[in-house]
Amino acid sequence: MTNEEIKTKLSAAFPELTYEETQEWMQINVEPAQLIPVAELLRHDASLNFDYLFCLTCIDWKTHLTMVYHLSSTQHRHTIIVKSKLDRTNPLIHTVCHLWRTAELHEREVFDLFGVKFTNHPDLRRLLLTDDWNGFPLRKDYEDPVNMIKL
Amino acid sequence: MTEKKKQPDPFPGKVHPAPGGGILVSTIDDVINWARSNSLWPLVFGTSCCAIEMMSTASAKYDWSRFGFEVARATPRQADVIIIAGTIVNKMAPVLKRLYDQMAEPKYVIAMGACATSGGPFFYNTYSVVKGADHVIPVDVYVAGCPPRPEALLHALITLQKKVKEGGKREKITIDKFWEPHTKS
Repeated sequence: MTNEEIKTKLSAAFPELTYEETQEWMQINVEPAQLIPVAELLRHDASLNFDYLFCLTCIDWKTHLTMVYHLSSTQHRHTIIVKSKLDRTNPLIHTVCHLWRTAELHEREVFDLFGVKFTNHPDLRRLLLTDDWNGFPLRKDYEDPVNMIKL
Repeated sequence: MTEKKKQPDPFPGKVHPAPGGGILVSTIDDVINWARSNSLWPLVFGTSCCAIEMMSTASAKYDWSRFGFEVARATPRQADVIIIAGTIVNKMAPVLKRLYDQMAEPKYVIAMGACATSGGPFFYNTYSVVKGADHVIPVDVYVAGCPPRPEALLHALITLQKKVKEGGKREKITIDKFWEPHTKS
């Protein structure tokens, strides 16, 4: 499917979605509350069939956080990016584990390093940091006077 | 340009002339150091991209077996030298210390590349990286580079051999100290 066809398909079901096509892959901006219905359509619709979540990460923009999902279809060979803006003080979003099993580990990593809470995640534990760690190292305002040498 | 051709290191000792041949005179320490230096077994240890260069140094093209390093060991108890090939993070530091402690004396350490030497590209603004493996274990030879080329690692290994032959003092040295043209007679 081309970007235009994906857009038409999604807009029919979710008219409030916005799109950006300045990058290599088309970006779809979703409200956190709408992520699951949109993701379910992307995953289960036969003509979309995004069966491969090849990257899940988070960006700290200092004013807000953005969750980024890179999706691809091994059947139709099309790729899109889904982005969702989160509140920085209380970042909360529904997990996508039940749609893409890969997300289980990636969401644990984002939880550990950015402090995003994923509701309904089956096993939301720390992945990399020690149990007594304070703060979220990949946030831009993270300070560690012991280990970090500031430039 | 009539520089004298560099000779390979001779066997440590002197030939004492005697009727019908000669007697070789040496000290046990010199002979042991000579033997040790030519059969240093490295530990299979690599934490990032430097390990790729280390594997390349071990493989046929550069072939560190030419200098006596071919028997890479997967257990620290049989290894003589640990090449710290890669970034050491805070979580890895106790593991590295433990590996070093498990190695039998005499043991030697080579810090390969910028990360193992000083933290390198992760020196600033990083919460997780140890700024130099010498914060954890003593280092004998440092190699510059990110990652160093196989020639540089071979250079470091030969430098370590020279250090062992000269008595193996436990002091920190830079790689160029032992790379002077051999002036000894």
